[in-house]
Amino acid sequence: MNNFLNSYFIKTHRLEISITIIAVVLFLIYFLGAPHVFTRFPIYRAFMQSMPFFGIIAISATFVVTLGEIDLSFPSIVGITSLTFGMVLTATDGNFFIAFALATALGMFAGLINGLLVTKIGIPSIVATIGTLFFWRGLVNVISQGSGVAIVDVADGTWHHTLFVEKLFNKIPAQFIWFIVLTGLMQWVYRYHKFGNHIHFVGDNKASSQMMGINVDNVKIIAFVQLGFFSAFAGIFTMYEMLYFWPTQGSGLMLTTLAAVFVGGTSVFGGKGTIFGTFIGVLIIGSLESGIVALGLSGFYVQFINGLMITSAVTIYALIQRKKT
Amino acid sequence: MTEELLQLKNIYKNFGNVKVLKDVNIKINKGEVVALIGDNGAGKSTLIKVITGVHRPTSGQVFFKSEEVVMKSVAQSRKMGIEAVYQERALCDQQELWRNIFAGREITNSLGFLDIKKQRKEAEKILRDYIGFTSKAITVDSTVMGLSGGEKQGVAFGRSLYFDSDLIVLDEPTMGLSIQETEKVLNFVKGLKKKNKSAIFIDHNIIHVYGAADRFIILDRGEVVEEFNKDEISREALVQKMIQLHESGKIKVEA
Repeated sequence: MNNFLNSYFIKTHRLEISITIIAVVLFLIYFLGAPHVFTRFPIYRAFMQSMPFFGIIAISATFVVTLGEIDLSFPSIVGITSLTFGMVLTATDGNFFIAFALATALGMFAGLINGLLVTKIGIPSIVATIGTLFFWRGLVNVISQGSGVAIVDVADGTWHHTLFVEKLFNKIPAQFIWFIVLTGLMQWVYRYHKFGNHIHFVGDNKASSQMMGINVDNVKIIAFVQLGFFSAFAGIFTMYEMLYFWPTQGSGLMLTTLAAVFVGGTSVFGGKGTIFGTFIGVLIIGSLESGIVALGLSGFYVQFINGLMITSAVTIYALIQRKKT
Repeated sequence: MTEELLQLKNIYKNFGNVKVLKDVNIKINKGEVVALIGDNGAGKSTLIKVITGVHRPTSGQVFFKSEEVVMKSVAQSRKMGIEAVYQERALCDQQELWRNIFAGREITNSLGFLDIKKQRKEAEKILRDYIGFTSKAITVDSTVMGLSGGEKQGVAFGRSLYFDSDLIVLDEPTMGLSIQETEKVLNFVKGLKKKNKSAIFIDHNIIHVYGAADRFIILDRGEVVEEFNKDEISREALVQKMIQLHESGKIKVEA
């Protein structure tokens, strides 16, 4: 037993193991507390339907957080790109390719602005992205004038609707499959691609990274750009699910998304993180509301328990980190 | 005949209104170890950052292997054969050694994914053969965080040897090291000469510098103020020279 606890795998995967244990315990509580809900499929289908909307962004945001940076503007990037997608899709009578290309290009442009503000102008990311958070949401309000955009006529029943949100075998929502595949791909990039490697180095020590020949600014800019892209991508999923754009779209995503990243064990100081952890973080944060209500507690407990979860998870990680040093 | 490796001509470097380097002219020959001596703020670190591509000079020319070069980045200078072992050791604490050794020079496939197997194998070779780590406690999977100052320095040296650089820049390599570890570093510098490699060696300790270097360049407030070959000056005389320079006001005296 002692050998197992001291093994290389355990030593190098402490964070992942801790977060998995937390998730297992949580789901055990759900299971034992509300077996009538958690032994049936519909609750899991609901999870699979709703989690990818913020899960995809959380996976992407893990790259930015590992850099020791933060992006608070993605909820508004979701807003402006979803609006663009809806408007272009209706204006082109359902041309998916043009709508997708424009929405994601705008997402990447928004990410590029964040990246340039942080690297070239030198504004701390928390401040720069508060600015762009208001800017893009403001633009949504100005363009939409508070009105929504319905895409039901040009999207419902189309092949792209099927591709994004239709249910596989009538059970598994397509967005969940997308989420799983993207998580796998991003994990691979995060740990085993040169870019992911550079993300870790820059987040760990910017000056050393520079001396080792890593282009620190470029790494940061690309990280913000990919988050812009995936914010747009997640927005498009929401559009297909709802078939409607409303001007506040995306604005509720900020805390759940960042909570999933931090509960997942990515260090706010940078240099260390895990995509698998963020994935489990999404399962935890995304299941809390339904789980708490199913357990018979009132909805008023949701935030309280959410807070408790986040605080205990980050405390455990801080203690693990302290033990290491 | 001595073969020239690096030449700096009329190098100036300003940071805003502050003139950090003023008309610096330096030559380094092949197989030569040159010591840069000077007080804090003399411009030593800035000078080596110009040589290694961290900073671009405000004006002046750099020649490497007789060709004029414009050093735009660290990646470029490394590619040309200039490697730095910095005071800060240029290592990232939380990352494993197999990642640190190849940082910025990863072995990848055409899609940019790391060849982990090869990187680990080569890192293992560097740890055992180039650095001579024998302790089982240090493996390619160890993070830098757990290493001593000397071990960190060893990793930085091993990296420079592995990549077969022509010019190795050592920025205060003995700072904060034990006597034993310092000895290892000085032996490493002497070993470079045998391999016909060149080095620029920065250190505050004249005794360390004298043992390892062939030539001494004294910098003060961004200018080269004196230059000696080792056969022109004894260790004691070099110490005396530094004191004289302090007293004559050419070199700022520390309070």
